[in-house]
Amino acid sequence: MNVVMQGISKAFGPVRVLEEVDFAIAGGEIHALMGENGAGKSTLMKILSGVYRSDAGSIVIDGQTVDIRSTRQAEACGIAIIHQELNLIPQLSVMENLFLGREPSRFGVIDSARMQREAQAQLTALGASGIDPEAEAGSLSIGQQQMVEIAKALAMDARVLIMDEPTAALTEREIDTLFGLMQALKARGVAIVYVSHRMEEIFRICDKISVLRDGRFVGERVIAHTDFDEVVHMMVGREIGDRFPRRTVQPGAVRLQVDGLADAHHVRDISFAVRAGEVLGVAGLMGAGRSEILKTLFGLNRRTAGTVLLDGEAVSLHSPGAAIAAGLAFVTEDRKSQGLVLGMSLRENATLVHLPQYARLGVVSDAAEQQAVAGLIEQLRIRTRDAELEVKSLSGGNQQKVVFAKWLAQPPKVLLLDEPTRGVDVGGKAEIYHIINQLAAAGVAIVMVSSELPEVMAMSNRILVIHEGRQTGLFEAAKATQEGIMAAATGTAHAA
Amino acid sequence: MTPKQKATLQKLGPFIALVLVSVGLAVLSPDFLTVANLLNVMRQVSINALIAFGMTLVILLGGIDLSVGSILALSSVGIATLIQSGVNPMLATLLGVIGGGVMGLLNGLVVSKGKVAPFIATLASMTILRGLALVVSGGSPITGFNSDLFSMLGGGYVAGLVPIPVVWMLIMFGLFAFLLKKTVFGRHVYATGGNEEAARLSGVKVDQIKLWVYTISGAMSAMAGVVLTSRLNSAQPTAGSGYELDAIAAVVLGGTSLTGGRGWIFGTLMGALLIGVLNNGLNLLGVSSFYQQVIKGVVILLAVLIDRSGKK
Repeated sequence: MNVVMQGISKAFGPVRVLEEVDFAIAGGEIHALMGENGAGKSTLMKILSGVYRSDAGSIVIDGQTVDIRSTRQAEACGIAIIHQELNLIPQLSVMENLFLGREPSRFGVIDSARMQREAQAQLTALGASGIDPEAEAGSLSIGQQQMVEIAKALAMDARVLIMDEPTAALTEREIDTLFGLMQALKARGVAIVYVSHRMEEIFRICDKISVLRDGRFVGERVIAHTDFDEVVHMMVGREIGDRFPRRTVQPGAVRLQVDGLADAHHVRDISFAVRAGEVLGVAGLMGAGRSEILKTLFGLNRRTAGTVLLDGEAVSLHSPGAAIAAGLAFVTEDRKSQGLVLGMSLRENATLVHLPQYARLGVVSDAAEQQAVAGLIEQLRIRTRDAELEVKSLSGGNQQKVVFAKWLAQPPKVLLLDEPTRGVDVGGKAEIYHIINQLAAAGVAIVMVSSELPEVMAMSNRILVIHEGRQTGLFEAAKATQEGIMAAATGTAHAA
Repeated sequence: MTPKQKATLQKLGPFIALVLVSVGLAVLSPDFLTVANLLNVMRQVSINALIAFGMTLVILLGGIDLSVGSILALSSVGIATLIQSGVNPMLATLLGVIGGGVMGLLNGLVVSKGKVAPFIATLASMTILRGLALVVSGGSPITGFNSDLFSMLGGGYVAGLVPIPVVWMLIMFGLFAFLLKKTVFGRHVYATGGNEEAARLSGVKVDQIKLWVYTISGAMSAMAGVVLTSRLNSAQPTAGSGYELDAIAAVVLGGTSLTGGRGWIFGTLMGALLIGVLNNGLNLLGVSSFYQQVIKGVVILLAVLIDRSGKK
């Protein structure tokens, strides 16, 4: 099946999101769609899958112009989308999700036996026979849930599958499984549109790549005939310099010393030290307990064993408030659910942590607050017209900078980062790395959890590897290899 | 229209609705637009407004407080009992308001520490406190306090013109507007209601905020009870039933979101006035009380539907 989108334009009110964009994909092809946040990728895919209607332009499927007015019509045309936020209903079983809206029934009574049989067959066809059709969808891992979504799309006879950041929440092993499945679908003639920020994966799995910038189509390349630098240049339209800016500061005295840390769940016997100006990377598979280490340090999870020394003094850190008072800061993993109050303005978010600093007797001084926010916007180069805008109207990279701003109103001693660049585009990532380096240069001790190995390896001084709640390696970043880290992360080797 | 102008217009929606309804009533009834009648409306509104101010904080947190009417009754009966047993009326009033705060605090404890859904927690306390009000009073009204000062609280006038409950309402309006707009506490209420997890991770003492908010709601209900008791010169154990719904209606009409994090006290005042003006106007027009309920319900529904469509 061939799909050609021609001259697609779309505006929301006065904002033109897409301008005469062309995009074409053929069956048996995995086609990456790239661009910075706000470039228009999602909007283009929402038009293809019937969520939005374009203002101008046409969609031609196998030579026939089609008018896609709803997601149902898109499905009828064989186009299905798998959103980054998965759309399964967690309380329903796998098979109930698979057949949602088209349950096999007789006189309105569901034929469970048939549903179970067909669900099992579909999952087996995807090589996911390990998933129990009667299990609650919410009890599955993210990777398994994604398999169910793909099965659901294929059950509706999808010939074009749009995947939006499908690997963002997957472990390395799940990514391998997913890529295997994508190859199999490709061999069957399915067309896959792959939307992602992860360059390494795109070069590994995709055949072609199309790039959007500021709502315009920049170009299409065959993966085999392009390289990383060209794609980045197409995306940002300028040189971004080093992907990972260098840090020159020499680590100073130990600021954070952790010995024998454990929590009530599965973090056990974690010990490390971080110096002023040092970045300690924390690597490991999803669910290994990396985030839990940070949460325990920050007083969110109860510490059941171990000591924490901050600048040589024991601290209890029993609550976030105590941790903040002691000089810790925590940029959390999921900025939408944990980092920001989306309905509040940039200003209100930026001052949420240190608001009492701008208040006297509990009354906030508008002038002091606005001045501080203006300073943070300047320091972090947050791009916005107005600090009073709701923070949800900002791009992902700028939202993430607001999360940083929350913590930087008063310089922390220790900065805990959990996936600091997730969902941030290439240009935004480079800026966040700059911020990290600046903070390190100012003497902050930084602990950074990240699932992106290139990022961990380039940004860290040393790398702590966690496997099933225990530490299985501590590497000097300069001497570490991806293979060595992965071996420790999967528990197949014990490094020094 | 820029998004900012649109947002401002949206915010002024409750005010515009109030003006439109008032103009309509002024045309239909010559008795509506008189100083005496308008002050009368404000006095009638004051009890609901006092409760609704507290309710606004609770709803900003994404919660709900169904127990306000029962708190009103129990504190009112409590104050009456104290006065009749010889306690200084002003001291009794103070104790009554504090008592209302304590009842609210208990709601807050069940919600924050017990992690019970606010609807359930306050549904239970609504029943319990109503029962206690009947127990304390023996089921019958307590009447006659022989205190001029106490009867002033709900029945008096400033300068012989403005009813004292209206003064309470305006003072409390100013206080709540300041609290929400200008203080760290107010910001933390919005943040907790907008995204509790993010607020907690930012070091906001979420549980403490909840305790305070339910305490304030309880104290405001008790204050409304003082006004009512003083005005009627009688404390009734059955007083205030259904008041929670009027208060919630005022908050919602004012544009505060039931999911929390968004809203303002000016809207609540407008919402309470709108309900009061409707009541008053329909009475003046001689509409039967049965139809009044139908019309009030329709107005609430319309207002929220218009609010909805404006947000899209």
